[in-house]
Amino acid sequence: MAYIKVNQSKVDQKIADKLQDLCPFGAFDYEDAYLSINAACKVCKICVTKGPNGVCEFIEDDRPRIDKSKYKGIAVYIEHHDNKAHPVSWELIGKAQELAKTTKEEIQAILVGSNVEHIAKEALTYGVDRVFVYDKPLYHDFNVETYTHAVEHAFKTFKSNIILMGGTPLGRSFAPRVAARLKTGLTADCTMLDIKPDGDLLQIRPAFGGNIMAKIHTPNHRPQLATIRYKMFDKPEKTEPNGKIIHVDTADISTQTNLELIEILRQPKVDDISDAEVIIAVGRAFKKKEDLALIEPLRKQLNAEVACTRPLIENGWFDPRKQIGLSGRTVKPKLIINLGISGAVQFIEGMKDSECIISINSDDDNKLFELSHYAIKGDIYDILPHLNDRLESILKGAS
Amino acid sequence: MKIISCIKQVPASSNVDVDPDTGVLIRDGNNVKMNPYDLYSLEASYAIQAKAKDAKTHAITMGPPSASEVLKEALFMGTDDASLISDRAFAGADVLATAYTLSQMIRYIGGYDVIVCGKQTTDGDTAQVGPEIAEFLGIPHVPYVKDIISVEHDALIVKSTYDDYEEIVKIKTPCLITIDKGGFVPRLPSYKRKMSFKNNKIPMVSLKDLPDQNPDHYGLNGSPTQVEEIFPPSNDMDTVTINQTPEKTADTLIDILKERRYV
Ligand SMILES: Cc1cc2nc3c(=O)[nH]c(=O)nc-3n(C[C@H](O)[C@H](O)[C@H](O)COP(=O)(O)OP(=O)(O)OC[C@H]3O[C@@H](n4cnc5c(N)ncnc54)[C@H](O)[C@@H]3O)c2cc1C
Ligand SMILES: Cc1cc2nc3c(=O)[nH]c(=O)nc-3n(C[C@H](O)[C@H](O)[C@H](O)COP(=O)(O)OP(=O)(O)OC[C@H]3O[C@@H](n4cnc5c(N)ncnc54)[C@H](O)[C@@H]3O)c2cc1C
Repeated sequence: MAYIKVNQSKVDQKIADKLQDLCPFGAFDYEDAYLSINAACKVCKICVTKGPNGVCEFIEDDRPRIDKSKYKGIAVYIEHHDNKAHPVSWELIGKAQELAKTTKEEIQAILVGSNVEHIAKEALTYGVDRVFVYDKPLYHDFNVETYTHAVEHAFKTFKSNIILMGGTPLGRSFAPRVAARLKTGLTADCTMLDIKPDGDLLQIRPAFGGNIMAKIHTPNHRPQLATIRYKMFDKPEKTEPNGKIIHVDTADISTQTNLELIEILRQPKVDDISDAEVIIAVGRAFKKKEDLALIEPLRKQLNAEVACTRPLIENGWFDPRKQIGLSGRTVKPKLIINLGISGAVQFIEGMKDSECIISINSDDDNKLFELSHYAIKGDIYDILPHLNDRLESILKGAS
Repeated sequence: MKIISCIKQVPASSNVDVDPDTGVLIRDGNNVKMNPYDLYSLEASYAIQAKAKDAKTHAITMGPPSASEVLKEALFMGTDDASLISDRAFAGADVLATAYTLSQMIRYIGGYDVIVCGKQTTDGDTAQVGPEIAEFLGIPHVPYVKDIISVEHDALIVKSTYDDYEEIVKIKTPCLITIDKGGFVPRLPSYKRKMSFKNNKIPMVSLKDLPDQNPDHYGLNGSPTQVEEIFPPSNDMDTVTINQTPEKTADTLIDILKERRYV
């Protein structure tokens, strides 16, 4: 069993105070000259690595290790809607290929659905080696129970080392179900992935609303499961298909479910900012909703989508799907212009991979500036009217 | 009908920083609060209770003894019963071990019909605990519920919201739902309830009470994932800084846009 051992002989009030200050989770209790660790401990081991010498000690797990050589292949679960694959699936295949350069593993795809041969073929064009297809009418609509039975079968049959899933709303509900079925770890919403030569996946994800990054690994369980948000990685180039489609016999897979889909309601489509090439993002600098009219000329000129920070959603100025950030959309446009946004990490996580970032802010000391290609100091209420004049005269000149 | 709500205590502010030299987390204050999504889920539990016959609500949390504060809050809001699950053996739990512990706690309470969880927390922020509890209990789950349409004798009909579509789903009980914001407006704690629960002690359950008492299944030992390192978000970038009069700034912006062929 692994645990953190406290060497009580080295503990006094001063040491206890030090450790209590150091521990970010408030996990130390000091009572009757006894320093104990309570249930708030996250075993981050900061007390071991940064604490007073020799007081806290990490006792390694001595339980048997699994034989990792039995698990090979980096698999991507192909999410699809309305007969079309979700593009995050292709992005993950691109990432899987990158990882496989280190471990020389096969790239696999897991596809569950009804009449999905065309999606399997498309997967091959992205360089997948083997697509495991679970195709039958029962799988026509996504059902978290029947689909979990299928993915469980896929893992038990093909023994993938890693399974990656899109961190879409569907994936975020499905992946944990699969993880608990397979009794393995799952890292949510990774923003970076790396791999060790022995096949151990390094999963990096933001936590505390993006204020910190955590590097997580799954040292003794397989498969290693991770979800990754849409638009974190690039879609790979298409290649000459060279892989195989494996039609899996589904006859013996459980069809048990206690869920019944009654109806799917499409919501009126708002222009999706996730796919936008140019975005104007607005923040709390705008004092009134009417002031948003100031960006209209620029929006037209750039043919941009307008997106916003979370407070503007909370104000009710925008549809929630226009929110950029950790609890909103991840965007990766060619150009993003941020107007009066302070650059909270939660916001930054959603747009930091944009190709060109221009930010206007009256305060030098905002976190977006250091992330921007162009950091423009100034008041939007002063700059935008001038900009609109310029745009107008350019338009006039052109006609 | 018995409805169990899982609630969690989280830091009041997610403004944490990491000291770049020591790698130590710096939190602004040690204040804590109930996970905001769990306020919505408590409200959802009352909505189900109102639609069912003779339903009882029961809130549980896994955490250190001080986490029973959120249970008191739930009682003050309107929950009928509350219990804390706490044991040093649970320290270092990841999602799998957390969900397993909560599922064992739910089995210990027994006789449940509906489990209600928040969509996610504001600290760990994984949104995974709910679906994993459901899997451990072998019951169906529906995520992101915004409306309880009806409560039948052996099922719920709920509306669940995804990015750009909604689903109406019939889910057989016993079941688990996770609650998104937007559908339920949490009530404030009631003063009267506060007074009547003033002297109530929240019962604490520990490992020795659970059906499965194997310590290997809990806490760090039951956790497949391990946090190897925590570090501040990085960035490295060449920034052109522009600090001019508004007129000149507008010109410069036009130039930048021209250069990139947007104008
Ligand atoms: C769990 C969690 C998740 C979150 N998720 C998200 C998320 O997904 N997306 C998100 O955006 N936020 C999110 N937030 C909120 C986030 O922490 C910030 O509060 C938010 O992003 C701030 O929005 P803002 O920049 O518009 O406002 P502020 O922080 O108020 O910044 C306004 C900025 O405008 C500047 N300004 C003011 N007036 C002018 C002017 N006249 N001209 C020029 N500049 C001016 C100010 O200097 C300031 O920098 C989340 C928070 C939490 C706790
Ligand atoms: C920096 C950091 C990163 C982490 N990343 C991961 C990771 O990627 N994968 C992983 O497996 N673990 C991870 N962990 C550990 C994880 O945060 C904890 O295991 C935590 O218990 C999981 O819950 P959550 O806060 O993510 O809950 P969520 O899944 O976001 O919570 C959803 C709902 O579950 C219920 N719930 C959650 N926790 C409790 C509780 N203690 N008591 C009662 N109800 C509860 C509530 O209803 C809540 O609204 C991480 C921890 C840290 C510190």
